[in-house]
Amino acid sequence: MIWRIEVALKEEVRDARGDRVQRELAHHFGVVTERVRTIDVYTVEADLSRETIERVAIGPCCDPVIQNAAVNLPLARDFDILVEVGYRPGVTDNVGRTAREAIEDLSGRRFTAGEGVYTAVQYLLQGEITREQAAEIAYGYLANELIQSCRIVTRGDFDRHQGLAPLVPKVTSSAEPKVTEIDLDVSDEELVDISRKNMLALSLEEMKTIRAYIGRPEVRRARRQARLGERLTDAELEALAQTWSEHCKHKIFAARIDYTDEQGNSRVIDSLFKTYVVGATEEVRRRKGQEDICLSVFKDNAGVIRFNQDWNLVFKVETHNSPSALDPYGGALTGIVGVNRDAFGTGQGADLLFNTDVFCFASPFHDAPLPPRLLHPRRIFEGVVTGVEHGGNKSGVPTVNGSIVFHPRFLGKPLVYCGTGALMPAVVNGRAGYEKKARVGDRIVMTGGRIGKDGIHGATFSSEELHEGSPVTAVQIGDPITQKRMFDFLLVARDRGLYHSITDNGAGGLSSSVGEMAEDTGGFVLHLDRCPLKYSGLQPWEILISEAQERMTLAVPPDKLAEFLALAADMGVEATDLGEFTDSGYYHCLYKSRTVTYLEMDFLHQGVPQLQLEARWQPPRREEADFPMEEDLTGALCALLGRLNICSKESVVRRYDHEVKAATVVKPMLGAQDDGPSDAAVLRPLAETFEGVVVAHGICPKYSDLDAYAMMANAVDEALRNYVAVGGDIDHVAGLDNFCWCDPVQSERNPDGCYKLAQLVRANEALYHCCTVYEVPLISGKDSMKNDYQIGATRISIPPTVLFSVIGKISDVRRAVTMDVKRPGDQIALLGRTRRELGGSEYYDFLGLAAGVPPQVDAAYGRRLFKVLNEAQRQSLLVSCHDLSDGGLAVALAESAFAGGHGMAIDLTAMGGNEPLRDDELLFSESAGRFLVTVRKQDRQDFQTLCGDLDLYWLGEVTDDRDFRISGSGGKLRVTTDIDTLKQAWQAPLKDM
Amino acid sequence: MSRPIRAVVITGNGVNCEKEMALACRLGGADEIDIVHIAELLAGRVRLGDYHLINFPGGFLDGDDLGSAKAGVNRLLYAPVAGRNDHLIDQLRAAIADGKLVIGVCNGFQLLLKAGLLPALAPDKARQTVTLTHNEGGRFEDRWCWLQVDPESPCVFTRGLERLYLPVRHGEGKFVAESAAELARIEEKRLGVLKYCHPETPLPTMDYPWNPNGSQGAVAGICDESGRVFGLMPHPEAYLFRTHHPRWTREPGLPEEGMGLWLFRNAIDYIRSDLL
Repeated sequence: MIWRIEVALKEEVRDARGDRVQRELAHHFGVVTERVRTIDVYTVEADLSRETIERVAIGPCCDPVIQNAAVNLPLARDFDILVEVGYRPGVTDNVGRTAREAIEDLSGRRFTAGEGVYTAVQYLLQGEITREQAAEIAYGYLANELIQSCRIVTRGDFDRHQGLAPLVPKVTSSAEPKVTEIDLDVSDEELVDISRKNMLALSLEEMKTIRAYIGRPEVRRARRQARLGERLTDAELEALAQTWSEHCKHKIFAARIDYTDEQGNSRVIDSLFKTYVVGATEEVRRRKGQEDICLSVFKDNAGVIRFNQDWNLVFKVETHNSPSALDPYGGALTGIVGVNRDAFGTGQGADLLFNTDVFCFASPFHDAPLPPRLLHPRRIFEGVVTGVEHGGNKSGVPTVNGSIVFHPRFLGKPLVYCGTGALMPAVVNGRAGYEKKARVGDRIVMTGGRIGKDGIHGATFSSEELHEGSPVTAVQIGDPITQKRMFDFLLVARDRGLYHSITDNGAGGLSSSVGEMAEDTGGFVLHLDRCPLKYSGLQPWEILISEAQERMTLAVPPDKLAEFLALAADMGVEATDLGEFTDSGYYHCLYKSRTVTYLEMDFLHQGVPQLQLEARWQPPRREEADFPMEEDLTGALCALLGRLNICSKESVVRRYDHEVKAATVVKPMLGAQDDGPSDAAVLRPLAETFEGVVVAHGICPKYSDLDAYAMMANAVDEALRNYVAVGGDIDHVAGLDNFCWCDPVQSERNPDGCYKLAQLVRANEALYHCCTVYEVPLISGKDSMKNDYQIGATRISIPPTVLFSVIGKISDVRRAVTMDVKRPGDQIALLGRTRRELGGSEYYDFLGLAAGVPPQVDAAYGRRLFKVLNEAQRQSLLVSCHDLSDGGLAVALAESAFAGGHGMAIDLTAMGGNEPLRDDELLFSESAGRFLVTVRKQDRQDFQTLCGDLDLYWLGEVTDDRDFRISGSGGKLRVTTDIDTLKQAWQAPLKDM
Repeated sequence: MSRPIRAVVITGNGVNCEKEMALACRLGGADEIDIVHIAELLAGRVRLGDYHLINFPGGFLDGDDLGSAKAGVNRLLYAPVAGRNDHLIDQLRAAIADGKLVIGVCNGFQLLLKAGLLPALAPDKARQTVTLTHNEGGRFEDRWCWLQVDPESPCVFTRGLERLYLPVRHGEGKFVAESAAELARIEEKRLGVLKYCHPETPLPTMDYPWNPNGSQGAVAGICDESGRVFGLMPHPEAYLFRTHHPRWTREPGLPEEGMGLWLFRNAIDYIRSDLL
């Protein structure tokens, strides 16, 4: 029996969802509607009586104070066009899942196979809208065609008595499970064709390597014994493709690179990852010796460092760019709940502590025509922000740090970085908390959600550019509540010692999670037919590589299995025994007792051939800028404050719960009116100690086109500046590098691949140099290498971008320092050197100048500076401290002043010690390694003494009015305004997003 | 030696403030605090009646998928408790009738109110007469608010308090009564315990952002006629220490102890003097 429940707001109740749609339609389509109302639709296919359904409708589905509900009757009225948006078959429907559980509770009857609840939303548009406009609105805004379908009905066509017929988007598949064998004894063209048609993203050389493997006599013999033929099965080829994908194997970072610099000198780099990333960490750990804070680096789902004797810190940052380009909401939501699983599934399991998000978008005010298949940046902005909001808030994890970076070329692909930190007991059940190991004989247990077709080929898809045929199934929608239930359960299981190892099911699904965990024992046997499915009709290979969300894989000792499964059942979490870890040496999957994969573990994990790539560096030519300076720079400062990369992101920040868990001590917005921009976050995770965690980041894609070396060095410096500004200990901090690049592999379609690879090499050199000099180990990272858009002749490549995130410690959170000035009379000082480094600066970009050099980082000097600041913080000498970044000194002064609610009187001539710079250069240069501080008058001398020979310039003092004045050379007034004007300029651009 | 004061913090299915709520109970003076997963209650292993203070913390019960706390209410009403014929709502009502204290914060407030336990003025006590719905601004918001306490309220949690400063963190916090008459009844019986107020005047206000969600009557929290059942949208468990205050680095003289703790201390003091 199919029932249709409609729930509508009462006539007099405001419809916030409808109002938002009305606003966005006017913005995106210029369609002015008189009113937009919405109705929630629940289509229930289940054997239930009308009486039960009536109780469901007015019970869990309806809030009687503000809503009305009806069963099998339409509630829509007073509209011109009705658009009903529902999910396509198989797409995760979280509300439908909750409704089903509520109906089961209410009726006391479990749903049987094939029964279900499907939700939809009706939009009732009132106004003069044509059918064509309605279709455009429906598919261009209300629905995402990839995951949703629409029904559009005009008032005239609407049956007021029957309404719309119930629609049940059930997956119906009569496909019989079967295993196909693939003939690889074919021509090169056909091999390439097999890879492309099946979305495998395997190169010809890799296909040939696989063919050579399958042809080896001993391999054939072993296969015969396993009752497999001489040809590879589809499941085997898919497993290889997942494991060998760029996403999982990082082939470019592992490649052998022939690098030629601008002088024609060549050298070979055997793996960027080993040389620079691992190399830097090994060097730092060696130098720090006893003071080394690293516990587990590069081997687990996330990096682990020491916090104190009893606790460790876990941190991981991921990107979810490609899915977010197709479905911003689902992609971003999945990104955040996915990285939550990474941090959770580190060591024997860790308790989530915080999230971070960094987004890179094109301007939401973009007003040029869009190339095909690209979504408008404003939709991406809204979808991504909402996805992370739902993912983070509903998971109960505070979002404490982040930023939004804008660049026109992020039109081709947005970047969505999601990070998660966690707290791990130093010892769990007598073992180090960061250690885990599956043992021979352990059961393979999967917990959490069920497997569907969602996310099939996510790993291989993200290893390619966005193109015409990008698959719909690559999109997943996360379900934070199913995951939260699973985490609640797993923390209990961890503390009871019910498992030996745990890992997340992310890219590559079971294929990757089981395959990687089985490296501990050297093999496994997995029964694919035992996997719980969302619906029938999945092929064995699909079960193996599905990236359906909210699943963890565990190694459970046989004697703990019964207790583990019972606890799961008790806490409403699905857990299934799928097989066993062995030492057979084989990746062995069966379906209904028939072998479907039988691959040597060694071949799977070590068999991928090393890429051989070429990199050629040619620095771009840049002129020095030559232009007259405006006498009055007030206008320039206000304009800079209103630029997208500088302006307030408060409208986004407040949508994220940044203080759940009651650990957040320095919040993202602060100052007299809680609206200034914090440099970094400080958390106090344990009530029994004042020791704190500091989290910050740096990201500077604007320098990539000048020199990726500068981009990387400035990102590291910015992250550490932010970190130290609030009080983070420079001797107890670790970094995470997340590279997002455009395709650096030269090909016909990608003619400047060698240059992009050289950029990558230079960024790695900078990373190595800065980290070793700052003595900051790298503990985790990720790379996403194909951030390009190519359809037809249009190719958009993102600017190479590295997010550098840092996590570390402050020994006492009560010594944390914030960026807002505190009281009149305090002395304002600039610490660090200012140079003529305006290439890529906000000031030059605002002036439309493509000139100048990017800031150079002097890490040795920077480290001395950080140490001095830490000492000043220890002595409580700093009243405020703010890092200088986008917009330089002027922007930092303005932000500190308006956040603190006090004026400033500044004299630039105090900076005479610098190379002779013009006042605009002093104000707007973005030289690295600089801080703005205020100190009490009586502490001025102490601070001066502490700074020794470091560059310290006393610029003026905090005033007891709201005036903001900067004078420059010859006593000329360069900026004269008030802090309210400045704040308004800074808050205006994204206020209504 | 007096009897131990026992508090329970209910968690599971999307609740996420259980740990700080338990900490608040501990700092407030409770002797035994159990964080109990709702599965434990449904399995019949733990009974609500065994506690003096029952806490429903904030979070996203079932993702707020059917509207905030709706599926959670449904579970209280209908999910079977193993080995018994009653439901959790019956245990809760019995505990209230027994003189026990119940507090719901944010999602927990939404739960109490949609289960008809607040303000519980209808002749049929189970009927929901008020709701908490989408913020006027249409967005989830995290921001700190000033709250005025009604000194005439029967609420035992707010005795002796005048003003509170606490964060709200919700998308569905706009208080709406089914009728003007119901709102008037709440006011008349002095059940509108907490009102969003202007930081300077300090009078109840309808102005954003001081009233962050457009709540009718600026209501931020209400109690029942006994004063022992209390719900509020702002998070008292989020302000336990000085360093929770958003401006602790710039406002000298803030006490080490946060204002949120006062509510829990009042509850425990009441239990000690009136309930044990």
